[in-house]
Amino acid sequence: MNIGGKPWLQTHWDWHVAVNFLTGGSGSGLLLVAALGTLAGQPLAVPAWLGLLLIAGGLAQVSLHLGRPLRGLNALFNPRTSWMTREAFVAGPLLLVALLAALLEWTLLGLLAGALAALFLYCQARILKEARGIPAWREPRLVPLILATGLAEGVALYLLIALASGWHEAMLASGVLLLAALVARILAWRGYRQALRGNAPKEALGVLERAEAPFAGAGHIAPLLLLLVAVGVPSAQAPLAALAALAALLAGWGIKFAIVVHAGYNQGFAIDHTPARGAGTGGLGSKPGW
Amino acid sequence: MTRYVMVADLERCVGCQTCTAACKHTNATAPGVQWRRVLDMEVGEFPDVRRAFVPVGCMHCADPPCMHVCPSTATGQRADGLVTIDYDLCIGCSYCAVACPYQARYMVEQPAQAYREGRMRSETQRENPGRLGVAQKCTFCSDRIDYGQAHGLTPGIDPEATPACVNACIASALQFGDIEDPESNVSQLLATHKHFRMHEELGTEPGFYYLWEDR
Repeated sequence: MNIGGKPWLQTHWDWHVAVNFLTGGSGSGLLLVAALGTLAGQPLAVPAWLGLLLIAGGLAQVSLHLGRPLRGLNALFNPRTSWMTREAFVAGPLLLVALLAALLEWTLLGLLAGALAALFLYCQARILKEARGIPAWREPRLVPLILATGLAEGVALYLLIALASGWHEAMLASGVLLLAALVARILAWRGYRQALRGNAPKEALGVLERAEAPFAGAGHIAPLLLLLVAVGVPSAQAPLAALAALAALLAGWGIKFAIVVHAGYNQGFAIDHTPARGAGTGGLGSKPGW
Repeated sequence: MTRYVMVADLERCVGCQTCTAACKHTNATAPGVQWRRVLDMEVGEFPDVRRAFVPVGCMHCADPPCMHVCPSTATGQRADGLVTIDYDLCIGCSYCAVACPYQARYMVEQPAQAYREGRMRSETQRENPGRLGVAQKCTFCSDRIDYGQAHGLTPGIDPEATPACVNACIASALQFGDIEDPESNVSQLLATHKHFRMHEELGTEPGFYYLWEDR
């Protein structure tokens, strides 16, 4: 066997797991924004239903792909140190409260669902950060990026709902909030990329490098421009804003998918020194692939 | 206190993979699963090229990230430092596998066979269904250690109480013992040789040391 020790793409967490980060992040972001919306007197049912379905769908997807799905409840055994257990602990009450909020549309339930959704989103971010075998995931600056993109996706979804439902008051507020969320997300992305420089395998850095242009361009610059144009062209406001929201949402999903599925190169192996063999001499160490 | 560790002398290892074969034979791991493996690393560029054979596997870290992330508490740690997996608790989420910086963990979903023609008799007879769909990794042959201790033997010294890979090593490159005992074989080796641990900067405090000489 000739293994050189270079990092390789992990295959333990594939797109099935990535879907949970995609939909869970969007769903919790949406519930968070919907909670703010209820304070302004906006309807709660539609965003609550959608948020609930997105989170439940992601969790169902990942649960079905456990090696032993019938033991799923064992995931509740380690709240002391495991963020996966903590996510499961939050998920139960969150789904219940979101369901009640969707059915009853009480402001208090909406606020509670929003708070639980924020916790759920934070758990998801920490789950990735604690995966210490994957350099692109364990970087602490990934946490603000996951939070920012979850929020941006939530605002984008809320804006789409507002446009489809004709909630005029919510449209303007959602548009402004989307602008702010996109700025926060691109700043978080820059911070993450900067922190990762030299701290991840070359292959992983290459994946993120290639993702940069479409993420920044289609996911930030385009929606920002569309929203600005929408302000000046009232007749086309709705379709332009919808396009901006859609681009922001898809970019968020795209970057999370790229980070989980394509940039998940493992640590690889390294030696601090090469041994002296036979009459030869020892030498410097090696960290292949970095 | 006892903490069992493994020591690999990089100058002695010849990359024969006997330890790999001994581990597979002892633990009946599935095709593609190598709890103990030996890397063949080429370092440098022509004409200044060196070659190193590097045994790797579960490092039985003192601060194991795999244990901290495990949602089911299936991954645990014994008082003697061995990192364990309870196959009956594990849900197969693979979180431990992505938390391990040593790529030491495996998941086998279905019964596997080495050859297309069908399963070998050994594969059928020695299959452990409890290991399907759950995380698995090197145990430092904990069953051999426990057996040895129950019979007054010393792990690392008496073969019956020593991991199979260490017993099989043709060059005595692999050694095993209690690092908390200053008189043990591993403590003596570490006291008299230069050594390092892999990915020490990650702070997992691996229980696997590599010896080297500066000459």
